Amino acid sequence: MTDQLDEALSREYEAGFVSDVESRTFDPGIDESVIRRISAMKEEPEWMLDWRLKAFEMWKTMPEPDWAHIDYADIDFQAISYYSAPKSMDDRPKSLDEVDPELLRTYEKLGIPLVEQQQLAGIAVDVVFDSVSVVTTFREKLKEKGVIFCPISDAIKEYPELVQKYLGTVVSQKDNFFAALNCAVFTDGSFVYIPKGTRCPMELSTYFRINELNTGQFERTLIIADEGSYVSYLEGCTAPQRDENQLHAAVVELVCLDNAEIKYSTVQNWYPGDENGVGGIYNFVTKRGICHDNAKISWTQVETGSAVTWKYPSCVLKGDNSVGEFYSVALTRGAQQADTGTKMIHLGKNTKSTIISKGISAGKSNNSYRGLVHMGKGSSGARNFTQCDSLLIGDKCGAHTFPYVESRNPTAIVEHEATTSKVSDDQMFLCQQRGLDPEKAVSMIVNGFCKEVFKELPMEFAVEAGKLLEISLEGSVG
Amino acid sequence: MLKINDLHARVAQNDIIKGLNLEINAGEVHAIMGPNGAGKSTLSYSLAGRDNYEVTSGTATLDGKDLLDLEVEERAAAGLFLAFQYPVEIAGVSNMEFMKAAVDAQRAARDQEALSSSEFLKRAKAACKQVNLPLNFLKRGVNEGFSGGEKKRNEIMQMILLEPKISILDESDSGLDIDALKIVAEGINSQRDGERSFLVITHYQRLLDYIKPDFVHVLAEGKIVKSGGPELALELESQGYAWLESYDRTAQDGEQ
Repeated sequence: MTDQLDEALSREYEAGFVSDVESRTFDPGIDESVIRRISAMKEEPEWMLDWRLKAFEMWKTMPEPDWAHIDYADIDFQAISYYSAPKSMDDRPKSLDEVDPELLRTYEKLGIPLVEQQQLAGIAVDVVFDSVSVVTTFREKLKEKGVIFCPISDAIKEYPELVQKYLGTVVSQKDNFFAALNCAVFTDGSFVYIPKGTRCPMELSTYFRINELNTGQFERTLIIADEGSYVSYLEGCTAPQRDENQLHAAVVELVCLDNAEIKYSTVQNWYPGDENGVGGIYNFVTKRGICHDNAKISWTQVETGSAVTWKYPSCVLKGDNSVGEFYSVALTRGAQQADTGTKMIHLGKNTKSTIISKGISAGKSNNSYRGLVHMGKGSSGARNFTQCDSLLIGDKCGAHTFPYVESRNPTAIVEHEATTSKVSDDQMFLCQQRGLDPEKAVSMIVNGFCKEVFKELPMEFAVEAGKLLEISLEGSVG
Repeated sequence: MLKINDLHARVAQNDIIKGLNLEINAGEVHAIMGPNGAGKSTLSYSLAGRDNYEVTSGTATLDGKDLLDLEVEERAAAGLFLAFQYPVEIAGVSNMEFMKAAVDAQRAARDQEALSSSEFLKRAKAACKQVNLPLNFLKRGVNEGFSGGEKKRNEIMQMILLEPKISILDESDSGLDIDALKIVAEGINSQRDGERSFLVITHYQRLLDYIKPDFVHVLAEGKIVKSGGPELALELESQGYAWLESYDRTAQDGEQ
């Protein structure tokens, strides 16, 4: 079985093409002038520039974190270009008709026919190509409900009070090394505001794509769900196949006010590098949400891409009775490394959190779950349940679990369950004896393993995630 | 139908099957009995193509097709079914999903048209009823939390749905109480249509009270040492295997 596994794991990355779009890209390197140029390109107000510069000063004094169970070549931050935009974006399109057709073809190749989505699926889509947001569909229709869904660079100009009030309140400039860098150089991302008592009438969705060589993507997303509102948001990510490592350092902040609910789903399929670990995206992402009274944040992620993943979508359960959930499937193969998990910070009374993590390792990859459950002094009656399952395919991969539990309140209850299993020869033989080829067999076994998480995804994306997993496992066993 | 000629097979460098001959014609039911370690499971795994069960010489054909040359799933699509002695669990994959995928894969491999979902569901429900499993078993994970008897009945349910040409039942009676045994036997009997064949591997005569075999073979030390009609099973029941083993040793001595 192992030999066939090795052979089979050399599958192609389907989103690995490069788009021939004329771009304006900054020379590599970072200093104050680069930040001033980014800000000027985006015609930002003074306060935004000051905020970036402050973050840059902090970043320069911060050490790169080294505690994660990942091993990668040093990143030369002066070798990265911090801004790249397709040239035809200079005059931003007002509608799909004005978007560069080559760009649209890129999205079609990725399976995101914008026009179709706009018409059929009723999903509002924002697409971020390298550093700029290309087009946001359905903007007008959402506006009728008072919902704001636009590139964050537009929001900075059009809704400065909202942005100033909330930007950096969940993930501060000095939160961590990569977040500080993001604060200094972020170029675009999505902004969402759901007004009080409003249920967002459709799924909101953003697709991120890194196209240019040697560029980093530093997107920043800010979602504000005002009191009693609800929104479901999905992001997808891909990148071309390149031998160089590319950096992705995003920050996502969720603000969930009293009685509001945010459901945030991610299907991450950045280029993972080749079998020997050459190339691929370094994915260092800070995602965090804050829940006020009775609010609920649910993170669901399906992580199949990136050479290195460093990502811990977290919830600060500040308000009483607030709820945090984290559902994760992380698949690593080849030489991929993932160190991912969550932090549930219980501060309010009767706060609840659920963590379901499914890690799948194949090839010679390493997959780690790292999670912190913190029960603060005021978290009387708080509860957490964590279930952390690892599945191994083959005998050269690794699965690791690093749970941290801190309890400062005697009435808080924390539960942790963990299992590690292998796709067994018996299971494979049963499937094959019934007529399934080895690929189908593995994908079925893995899909079964992930079922608890997939059922949390919006339906159309659950199908997508299942397919992605199937493609990722293509030919993976025998 | 199934022709096995001078089959030799080994597991982890140990020769287990040592020159086995067997021919099963369409519509026949053959029973193989034998003591522990005689090679009964090795025979079924070798025929099904399991990893680490290495056929060193001999042939096995199904309707003239060389089985030994095929992948496991190709043997299945050719019409070979193995009911497991210890069926494994596949958590999170429903029986229905599993069997639909299996039926689809086999039909595709045989260039048959795919069954519609409604037609499949109809058949699955009927198969479930036939082995007396509640319909919610279709929605449950494959063998997940099933009792021993339920697992065996689930195997027969799969057999009914897949309509194989030759079904090898590897100790499908072990661990069953008498009621479950009857259900399993009825499931098998219901599939006897004069075309499909069965190879029933068992330790005990009692299963053969319910499934009437056309032929009974005794497997000892890797080969068939005696063949006969149903009466042979009764003989074994009363006399045990001891006399056969000595018979076998004598035979080997004779060869030397």
